[in-house]
Amino acid sequence: MFSAMLGEAWHAMGANRLRTFLTMLGMVIGVGAVVLMMAIGQGAEQAVKKSIQSMGSNLFIVLAGPPNMGGARSATGNAPSLNVKDATAMEDLEGVSNVAPINMGSAQVIYAGNNWNTSIIGTTPSYLDVRSWNLSDGYVFSDSDIRSATRVALIGKTVVQNLFGDDDPVGKTIRIKDSPFIILGVLDNKGQSLDGRDQDDTIIIPLTTSQRRVFGAQFSGSVRQIIVQADSDKVMPMVEDSLNSLLRQRHRIREGMDNDFSVRNLTALANSAAETTKTMSLLLGAIASVSLLVGGIGIMNIMLVSVTERTREIGIRMAIGARERDILMQFLLEAIVISIVGCLIGIGIGVGGALLVSHLTQAPIVVSSQSILTAFIVAASVGVFFGFYPARKAAQLNPIEALRFQ
Amino acid sequence: MSGHVIEVKSLYKDYQTAAGKFPVLKDVNLEIDAGDFVAIMGPSGSGKSTFMNILGCLDQPSSGEYMLNDQPVARLQGDRLAKVRNQTIGFVFQGFNLLARSSLLDNVALPLVYAGIDKAERHARARVLLEKVGLAKHVNSHPNQISGGQQQRVAIARALINRPSLILADEPTGNLDSKTSEEIMALFGELNREGITIVLVTHEPDIAEHASRQVRFLDGRIVEDILTGSVTEHGEKHV
Repeated sequence: MFSAMLGEAWHAMGANRLRTFLTMLGMVIGVGAVVLMMAIGQGAEQAVKKSIQSMGSNLFIVLAGPPNMGGARSATGNAPSLNVKDATAMEDLEGVSNVAPINMGSAQVIYAGNNWNTSIIGTTPSYLDVRSWNLSDGYVFSDSDIRSATRVALIGKTVVQNLFGDDDPVGKTIRIKDSPFIILGVLDNKGQSLDGRDQDDTIIIPLTTSQRRVFGAQFSGSVRQIIVQADSDKVMPMVEDSLNSLLRQRHRIREGMDNDFSVRNLTALANSAAETTKTMSLLLGAIASVSLLVGGIGIMNIMLVSVTERTREIGIRMAIGARERDILMQFLLEAIVISIVGCLIGIGIGVGGALLVSHLTQAPIVVSSQSILTAFIVAASVGVFFGFYPARKAAQLNPIEALRFQ
Repeated sequence: MSGHVIEVKSLYKDYQTAAGKFPVLKDVNLEIDAGDFVAIMGPSGSGKSTFMNILGCLDQPSSGEYMLNDQPVARLQGDRLAKVRNQTIGFVFQGFNLLARSSLLDNVALPLVYAGIDKAERHARARVLLEKVGLAKHVNSHPNQISGGQQQRVAIARALINRPSLILADEPTGNLDSKTSEEIMALFGELNREGITIVLVTHEPDIAEHASRQVRFLDGRIVEDILTGSVTEHGEKHV
């Protein structure tokens, strides 16, 4: 019986192809828009998530210089107010698992006939732990390299590409600011950071080497930033407080005076970025679902016309023994079939559109089976919801009047 | 068991209009036996169509009894009424009332869909009946590809498919020329000889001639009920 009714629904749709197509179009556009928007939104979410992961978890960044800019002060990170000893002191704080002091800047790097301008990070081996950054080749420099300020380097993939092409860089010597450095290892791919920088375009060298040979230091041992990793999410507020009080104490800042450093919670920043993209993706979905709603209303409209047009047919069916629910099912099924077929076409167009957008813009696009399933379920529900009223209207017709209808 | 297919006792039907209650049927009493071939006649507005609708379980009387195959059906509602229409009654209409989009085979088989019978049996039974009414070659045609007389034959085949105890025909020749009308009436006669009870509404006397009994309505009452005996004598039925 069900299959016979499904056949009828299919037949009825075929009887007025143009109208069925136009009705379906509302559904196609609605579902297509939802799938596409969700793909774009989820793509953005995933990109943010990935760069948060690449950043490392539970991080603080302590910058030299005051947090608020007033008067003519030098930019954060430029004042020589942080040094290696601050970093060493932080290691003993409760809840702190890793501390990595950093000096950085950019420099021209030369290998054979090639040269490349890249960012140089002078730091300690714990930097790689903090950033959960592995090597794809070679090995990391050790604490003894820090003590003796050896000229060794770890290089990122982008630098490898630009200086070495396909050659194996490990063991080769490059020149950074005219000093020769031996490459110990190659860093793993990290991708883009939250602000869109290529994190693989970098060279990591021992902190001491950077201070003495590359950037110099205004005061012995001064660093620009210290990255601090907390044990867990929960201890972060406590660690933030103890970082502040430790540094105020070490820098002998009296009560009521401004800090000469600033502590930033990177994880909180990252989370707010994630929240933003999530909201954006939700908003896109919501806008797209409006078109789904409009599509549903289109279906209801056409089904009402169809019921009126087929009043006589309904009368005939009732006269030969169709029950109310048979008529109800017939029209409901028709609405559902239109919705589902429209939905399938819409999914096709949405996925196709998503692939096209990702191809054209190189933007990250995620077509998840979950979003397709959601669109499908919503479409079927729209069919049931907007098909029900016309179908019930048909089922409740008076057979005598329906038969008399011309 | 009274043995009557139809037994109607003091049947009334009123319509509610703006001007008040308007009686259409007033104290109608009628018994129809299995194997009867009854023509219901009367001018427009005499109440014969309303009576037909009540007999066909499309409408309910305001008061009175209607026994169909000894079952009281006057107070049935909704699904149970639909079941009676499906299983016990076969309808033939003036306008044929076939579904234009469906093939003749599907048209004839349609009542079986609502009886919950599977496709193979539906089609087998529909094929047999289309053959019986002389349209074996047209099973896959659509209603608009055949003549009016042929369409009415399809409608008769559809009425027969659930082996009803009663066929109700409402002006079945009203849209047909006289030659085709004769053919259709001959088919009804044939079916009646096979033992099927037929109730026919018509206003044409020569069509009514084919019936064995004529019931005349006027102003909501039966004013005449005569046996003409032209086709079948009582007692000669193949039940």
